[in-house]
Amino acid sequence: MSRKFDTGGAPHFPPHSTVAGVMQQVLYALVPGVMAYVWFFGVGILVQIFLAVAFALLFEWIMLRLRKQPVRLFLGDYSAVVTAVLFALCLPPLAPWWVALIGMLFAIVLAKHLYGGLGQNVFNPAMVGYVVVLISFPQVMSLWLPPASLAGYTLGPGAVLHTIFLGQLPAGMTWDAISQATPLDTIRATLATGGIVSEARESSIFGDFGGLGWEWIANFYALGGLWLIWRRVISWHIPVMMITTVVTLGLAVYLADPGSNPAPLQHVFSGALVLGAFFIATDPVSGCVSNRGRLIFAAGVGVLTLVIRRWGGYPDGVAFAVLLMNMAAPLIDRYTRPRIFGQ
Amino acid sequence: MRRPPISEQLERARNAGSQLHHFHGGLRLRHNKKISCELPLEATPLPPRLFVPMLQHSGLSAEPAVKPGQQVLKGERIGYFGVKEEMAVHAPTSGTVKLLARRPISHPSGEDGLCVVIEPDGLDQWTQLTPIENWQEADPALLRQRIREAGIVGLGGAVFPTAIKVDDAHLRGIHTLILNGAECEPYISCDEMLMREQPGSIILGARILQRAIGAGRTLIAIEDQMGAVNESLKAAVKEAGADDIDIVKVTTIYPEGGEKQLIQVLTGLEVPSGGRPADLGLLCQNVATATAVANAVVEGKSLIERIVTVTGSGIRQPRNLLARIGTPIENLVDQCGGYTEDAARLILGGPMMGYALTSDSNPVIKAANCILVLSELEIEPPQAEMPCIRCGECVRVCPALLLPQELNWQIRNQQWEEVVDYGLKDCIECGCCDFVCPSHIPLVDWFRYGKAELKSLQIERGKAESARVRFEAREARLAREKQERRQRLEQKKQGLRDQADKKKKLAEAIERVQSRKDGGK
Repeated sequence: MSRKFDTGGAPHFPPHSTVAGVMQQVLYALVPGVMAYVWFFGVGILVQIFLAVAFALLFEWIMLRLRKQPVRLFLGDYSAVVTAVLFALCLPPLAPWWVALIGMLFAIVLAKHLYGGLGQNVFNPAMVGYVVVLISFPQVMSLWLPPASLAGYTLGPGAVLHTIFLGQLPAGMTWDAISQATPLDTIRATLATGGIVSEARESSIFGDFGGLGWEWIANFYALGGLWLIWRRVISWHIPVMMITTVVTLGLAVYLADPGSNPAPLQHVFSGALVLGAFFIATDPVSGCVSNRGRLIFAAGVGVLTLVIRRWGGYPDGVAFAVLLMNMAAPLIDRYTRPRIFGQ
Repeated sequence: MRRPPISEQLERARNAGSQLHHFHGGLRLRHNKKISCELPLEATPLPPRLFVPMLQHSGLSAEPAVKPGQQVLKGERIGYFGVKEEMAVHAPTSGTVKLLARRPISHPSGEDGLCVVIEPDGLDQWTQLTPIENWQEADPALLRQRIREAGIVGLGGAVFPTAIKVDDAHLRGIHTLILNGAECEPYISCDEMLMREQPGSIILGARILQRAIGAGRTLIAIEDQMGAVNESLKAAVKEAGADDIDIVKVTTIYPEGGEKQLIQVLTGLEVPSGGRPADLGLLCQNVATATAVANAVVEGKSLIERIVTVTGSGIRQPRNLLARIGTPIENLVDQCGGYTEDAARLILGGPMMGYALTSDSNPVIKAANCILVLSELEIEPPQAEMPCIRCGECVRVCPALLLPQELNWQIRNQQWEEVVDYGLKDCIECGCCDFVCPSHIPLVDWFRYGKAELKSLQIERGKAESARVRFEAREARLAREKQERRQRLEQKKQGLRDQADKKKKLAEAIERVQSRKDGGK
């Protein structure tokens, strides 16, 4: 007696990987960095992550409904969560709640869904959201905290929530007292007033290479990033090339003029560079596909970051550099096509 | 990396096998071959009916050469097609042709095809065999003719008529014959079993093929994970005293059993895009094909059976069987103890490139290297297709160095010029990109569709071109006729004018004469 079978397409294997799985691994890889962040700067960042994720999922849900896309499938792919977390990690820990709302509105609705949703966005959504709030609310976006070891106070969870949701500090505290310029801000301000980098570095907010605390967070981001490389979620080309570019170019300008240029490792361990190298510039959708293309893309991000830090209007330039290179990505892809077998 | 000049390429091709190279991408898959190698090779008994499809080779279906009710002998030709009748199908046993009918033919399209249905008489009596007694001395042309008559096709799965390949090889001039024993797809072990149990006939086939095409040496490529194969082949080579046959172990990476990949591993060279191994002076044949050649030449037996691996977690006792072409798959499964409870998918071929069959009443065909039955767990859960996130994994694994994600996009948007430019025709459909895609896009399905579209576009373009030629010819003819008509008209007018002139002159002359006459009065 013959038997009937259901058919299905080749390859006949259980799924090797899924989009959701890739995104989840990116989230896992961020855990050490976030933990270090909390250790040095308090629980505010967790609230920011929570807010950004909640708003991201809300906007994602609305847009999927409007675009008549399968809601459960796409909400479950974790791509909006990754966007939200990367965005939140760029925010000052005590930024008011509506910053995440506006950032996610631009990231999810504009940068992602109006371009066609998952896989279609030309620009990195997290960076679009971040740049929008950075440009729109410069004052709010500059209220950074000193690392816990330098702060003469502690902000409990209650005070953190109070600040974020009511937009003002608990009674008896002032921003002037608790906020602190970031290392890159400090260097920038010193240079602007005719000082030299070594003067700026005398401030207690500096650590061995970058900012105190920040450099350790960067180390933990790198740890997660290395895990992603090992898991083959990202290729080594982008982080290695981006950091190498910053170090080499940074060294060249530092040697040429040490007064107005920070040491190369100062650049690496400041701002969003390590986070950017492992987690932001590696976004596959808005980046390049071939390895050669990725090397060019990463070198471009590195150069532009340094240029913006030195001459641009903002102390850090990773976000702008990534967005600028996003624009160049299709062109790079076009000129870095691999040679076809036998041709 | 640029490709070296052709003279250097030929030189390196001559040294094939002296040094092993890599090919780009590929996958390291779990082998899963041992389970079907535990039990020895066994022949499948005669089924009550054999269903022999007329389409068992790449290309068009053969035409049946028998009628219902006709008696046939084992090995008798029952259908053929082709300029030189190189696509021949033979009766797998002696018996009666019951009917010619459209039935399932185990074809990837899933469509039915014409089958010759034979009821065996149980005698299994061979037709008059015409072996070539002294093949060492025989005219190579005679050997090639015998290969053609025996209906041999590439038994690795591509089922390209071997006669065409061998004739072409002879014309082009081949220095090295490569016998492909690198069975890279998981689960399939029919070649491994053949090399273990019948190494002598492989070596014999290699030597015959070498003579038929005029090659100087043979390389047999096997995988490093195969057990006991190297030893048995070496012993057979020694026994035959064939010092022009070498055995090379290659690393097991899918799809190195692909012709182009194997050649790259053995020579470091890439078969030119759109070209053939013969461009490098090489001919690649599957080891089972060599055995078929040996049987055809030395014993005069046509290709009527093959080794089939029946395996997978859906089969109780996986093993290799020697089955007649046309035997229903269910008979093979029964011989292997039947299905396990969780058998969920029936696949002809391996898990990477094989295709699912809807029923086990499909017959064994020349392409059937493996009957793979997988459990629910091994194919589930079916994943929803997501948009491409451009992760580039497909690019990393593609052995043809293509950009599958770009091709996918272009095919969906019908950008055929770009599709050609991005090398769709160089895709070998190995399925590596499909395997790694986190978005579960059926890339190879899209590529097959794209190739079919390109082909029909080419045909249409050909039609359009001939229509254009016809149109222009017609226009030219019409113009010519018009011109001729005008000329004729012109001539006529001229003629009329001349006539009028003549009349006028005549009238004048008459008038002159008249006036003279009048004047003379």
